[in-house]
Formats: sequence, structure tokens, C-alpha cells
Amino acid sequence: MAVAWSDKQLDVAGGKLHLSRGGSGKPLMVLHHDIGTLDRLPFYDVLAQRFDVLVPHHPGYGRSERPQWLRSVRDVAVMYRALLAELGIAQASLLGLGFGGWIAAEMATMAPRDLGRLVLVGAMGVKPPEGDILDQALLSYIDYAKSGFHSAEGFAAVYGAEPSTDQLEQWDICREMSFRIAWKPYMYSQTLPHLLGGVRAPTLVVWGDDDKVVPLSAGRVYAAALPGAHLEIVKACGHCVDMEQPEALAKLVTSFVDAA
Amino acid sequence: MHLMYFTEQPMSAYSSAEGLKFGATALVFSNKHFDPVAGSRLYNEYLEQYIHAEDTGFDGIMLNEHHNAPFCMQAKANIFASVLAGVTKRVKLVMLGNPLPLAENPVRLAEELAMIDMISKGRLVSGFVRGGGQEQLATGVNPAYNRERFEEAHELIVKAWTQPGPFRWEGTHYQHRVVNPWAVPLQKPYPRVWVPGVVSRETIVWAAKQRYPYIALNTSIEATKKIWETYDQAAAEAGYTAGPENRGYLQRVHVAETEEKAIENARQFMWMQGEFTGLAHPVWSSPSGYFSPSQRRAFVEFASGRATSPRGRPDFEQQMKDLQIIAGTPKTVIPKLRRILEETRPGIMALWANDGAVSHQDSMTCIRLLAQEVLPALRETGQKLGLNSPFDCDAPVSIAYSKDLRQAAAE
Repeated sequence: MAVAWSDKQLDVAGGKLHLSRGGSGKPLMVLHHDIGTLDRLPFYDVLAQRFDVLVPHHPGYGRSERPQWLRSVRDVAVMYRALLAELGIAQASLLGLGFGGWIAAEMATMAPRDLGRLVLVGAMGVKPPEGDILDQALLSYIDYAKSGFHSAEGFAAVYGAEPSTDQLEQWDICREMSFRIAWKPYMYSQTLPHLLGGVRAPTLVVWGDDDKVVPLSAGRVYAAALPGAHLEIVKACGHCVDMEQPEALAKLVTSFVDAA
Repeated sequence: MHLMYFTEQPMSAYSSAEGLKFGATALVFSNKHFDPVAGSRLYNEYLEQYIHAEDTGFDGIMLNEHHNAPFCMQAKANIFASVLAGVTKRVKLVMLGNPLPLAENPVRLAEELAMIDMISKGRLVSGFVRGGGQEQLATGVNPAYNRERFEEAHELIVKAWTQPGPFRWEGTHYQHRVVNPWAVPLQKPYPRVWVPGVVSRETIVWAAKQRYPYIALNTSIEATKKIWETYDQAAAEAGYTAGPENRGYLQRVHVAETEEKAIENARQFMWMQGEFTGLAHPVWSSPSGYFSPSQRRAFVEFASGRATSPRGRPDFEQQMKDLQIIAGTPKTVIPKLRRILEETRPGIMALWANDGAVSHQDSMTCIRLLAQEVLPALRETGQKLGLNSPFDCDAPVSIAYSKDLRQAAAE
């Protein structure tokens, strides 16, 4: 069944935020990676069979305006809380992918009682006790995006073997925005781990078994710090579980969020 | 004319084979290849060469800094400027320059520079730069705010130099609750600021708006003329007419007793595989947010190997032909340099004379021949062409201290 998606621009904190919305059911907000998101992904379509799926473009990424004042990922989390209020959604579940996982975790700590369920996939945001979050500043756009995949075929299936120059430009815009808000410390918060214990939303932590971007040790930190969280590992999969193993992730997310 | 001596202070003792094997000679090329014994020797040789440049007749010594790379041993230009402030007597100490965005505390920079100005008895020229992309990564400074930090740090430093403290600074990137440095420059209203650059249009326009001389770094003659067009237009909009006193030019010039020797040594200008700053990935030299958004598309194409470098990679022979490298005996280089002066009309000229593994002895010979035989010819040409330096014509230090603006605007 084809999903009808709508796209619109909403005013949040003085700027325009781009939002794609499709499907029906409980609201599920999907927060994309630091490399942005394609407008449509098979993964989103599968989720929309069961949920009211909201995919905003992060402020300064993709088609959302860049707020010049924005300085932290926590600011983004506050903006998304404002967005949910604007849409009249009292209780959403959050699915955070990589960098988006950091935003979702921040949102969960802010008002512990008002979330549905929380799913963090290869989430950035905490300092991995072993290894480091991959530094994209040292890598070309294509090499960094490829690092998110276990296999070259997985990457090519989404972006093509030779991504377009338009795509490269988009990745540069995303990268600039990531630098603006998460340069130092790079891609994590020093205070977030101390706040995770207050989260009340049931949480599922998912990691690809070959995540070269965020070490699995960070996943263990999340799973240990979030009350009642458990960790699922997806086999033959890199950082971008949503793009490399969409069916496996959709299955995990659907059964977990539906159980709420 | 103001004629300066320049060297990158190459760390020539590293093994270029290692660099080629690794595939890069910058940023992440391991400092295990740095030899401090050779480093100590080289620093002292460079110091001797600077003193020789003063003794033989250069007007200034141009200093710069870079990080994480063998092409330039100066990690902090203020350190060499401090040493030279004490051991030289006459030459201008021309910093081109301090990378402002790298400073977490610009007030401290203002203090250091004020000390250098006082110790040197007013010989400081305090150039400022944005710092290359790799410098941001080497020092952990956010490249996306590079230009904002440059402009704000400049504003803060000038204020610290010109307005009595204490005052409070609540900026976007810098906050200082008590600015009151007890070291202020000897030169009034403040030491001259020159701004070097390579391509960035924004920097050229910024320098022109401030009325700071712009120093074109080893650009081609054609590119240099385009830079002056941009500068002159911005100057006219700001209400003054730009002239040679607003223009500086750095060019690579090596001289020796014979043509053969000079050309052999000049090949060392290519010692970093033909790249000034060494072999590096484009995303290191231009991290996202560092360059102008208008260049984004061209840059991502270049960074992914879909387009060639906007600067090109001309070989040694081509660069000799285009006068981007000039080498020979004084007799053969003088006409070439004259042509450069005629075409680009700078009041400030920096001669980048020795690079790579050119020996200390050859460097000293080059400095002596330049000073004794080449500089007098350039001065003569400069005089004929009216190429006044900012010192020659007592140009205002900045737009804020210009008294001729209305008049220039009315012309």
C-alpha cells in the first residue's frame, strides 16, 4: 500500500522547519542522521503502515532553515519539543538514528513522563568508554557516508555507487551544521549521561554489529544508564541500520513501540 | 617600497619518502618524523639568516605560522618576532600573521603583540589571518565560525590597543569581563595591520573596508590584478582611492652566483610535492563552514575528485615561465621582478627566497645577493613607478584614522 506523505514548513523558534508526515496510528517522530535524510526511504514507508510518522529535517539540515543562533544539540531537542506542542501531539514515541539518537535522548531527559517509547539506534551523544566517535572532519563526504554501512552494496543501494554532486553539496551543508552545534566535544555531551537515569520512557537501544561511526561501547552506556532499557544488536549491519537493514529495524521498532 | 625577506622555515630534515609513502604531508602525517636535533639547528640557522637580511639591507622580515606540518616550523610567529625584537635593530617585524580565530583569548594576543612592539621599539607590523583549514583542525577550533571569530577578535584587539581599560567585552565568541591589559603598543594609534591572503574574496573586501594593505600570497600576475580590482572597488565604496600602499605581493625568488645553481635550488620550492602546504585532503584544508557558501558546489566537486584544484598544479617549468618562481643570478632575475612590479604595482614586496633543503650557506648567499644587487634595482624601479609603501607615504593605519575620505569620495 502506497503511503501518502505530506510535506510542510512550520515556524519554530523564529525559523522554518521542514516536516514530512505520513501514515496513521500513534505518533512516531523519526530523527535523522548527521548526514541528513533522503526525502523518502523504504524504512519510513514501512513505519507509516503502523504509525503517524513525523520526519522533520533538523534545523540547518536538508530543507530546514539554519537558525544562526543555534549552538547546541540540546537546543535542537527543545525546538522539537516546541514542534510537537505546535502540532498538538501530547505523547509521541521517538526513534533517533545516530546523531538523531542524541537529540532523542536529550528530549527524553527533559520531560521524563511525557514520551511514549524511545528507540535509540547507534546513538551519538555520550562519550564511548572504548573507541571514539568517527571524526568526519578528516574524511571526504563520500567516505564518511560509506563508513555508515557494513557493505559497499548497502551504501550503493541507497545513494548509488557514485552519489550525485547535489548529494555531496547536501552532505557539506549537513556537515557544516554539525560543526556549528556539535564541534566540541565532538558529537557528545558531557552532561547527558548524568541525566539519563531520570528518563521514564521504556527504551530500546539498537546497534549494528559493524558500526564504524559510533562504537558499541556507547550503546552499552545508554543501555546501562536508561532505566529498563535493553540492547539489540543487528547482524551484518553498519551505523545506518535504517538504511542497511530497514526490515530488521522496522520489525524491532514496530513491536517495541506498538507494545506501549 | 617596502622589501621583505621571507622563508617558511621548512623542516627540511623530514624524509620526503615517508611523506609519499603515507600519502599526506600535513595534519595527520605523524610528528614522529620531526627531528628536534635538526629542528634546533634549523631554528638557529633561520635566526642567523634573518639577522643577515637586516645587516644586508632588507626593510622587513615577514613571519608566519602553521601547525602539524613539515613545510613550516613556526608554530607561533610571536615567538620568532619576540626573539627578533631583541636581536635586530632596524627591520620591521611583519607578522603575516597571527591566525585570530585560533585564539581563545584575543586579549592575550593583544598583550603579546604590544610587548613585541615595545621591545622592538615600534617595529611591529601586526598582520592577521584566518588560518588555513588545517590549522583549525590542528588546534581544535570550529571552522564554521572562522570568519566570525576573525572579525570579532580583530575588533577586540583594536579596542584593547586604542581605548583605555578597563572595559567589558560581551561578544558572540569572546566574553571578557575585565579587559585592561597593562601592555599597550608603542606605535600610535596602533601598529599597522596587513592582511595576507590567497583567494578569498571576502577577505580582500574586508581588508579594503578596513583600509589595511592586502598581501597577495604567491598568486599569479593575472590573479593578482583581479585581486586589486576587487580591492579598489571596495576601497572606492569606502571613500578612498587605493594605491600601491594598499598592495603587497609575495613571490618566490631565489638567486645564486650561477644560473645553474639558482635553478637547482629553486626546485626546492616544489619540495612539498608542489603544494605549498604539503599533500593533504581537500576537506582538511577547507573544512565545512570554513569557505564561502558561494564556493560550496565547486569545492565539493574538487574534494571528491570530480574537478581539478581551482589553483591548478602547474609544474616547476610552468611556474618559472609564469614568473611564479623566479630564479637565476641577480642580473637575470631583475628584469623579471621589474616586470612583476610594472604589472602588479605593489608598494610592499616580500621575497620568499629559500625553501626546502637549500643549505644554510646557499641561503646566506641568496640573502646577500638579493640585498646587495637586486633590492637596489627594485627600489629604483619602485621609485620610477611611484610604488610607495605605507611608510613612504605615511598612510593612515586604518579607515577609522583616515582624514581624506570625503575628498576621495568626491573625486
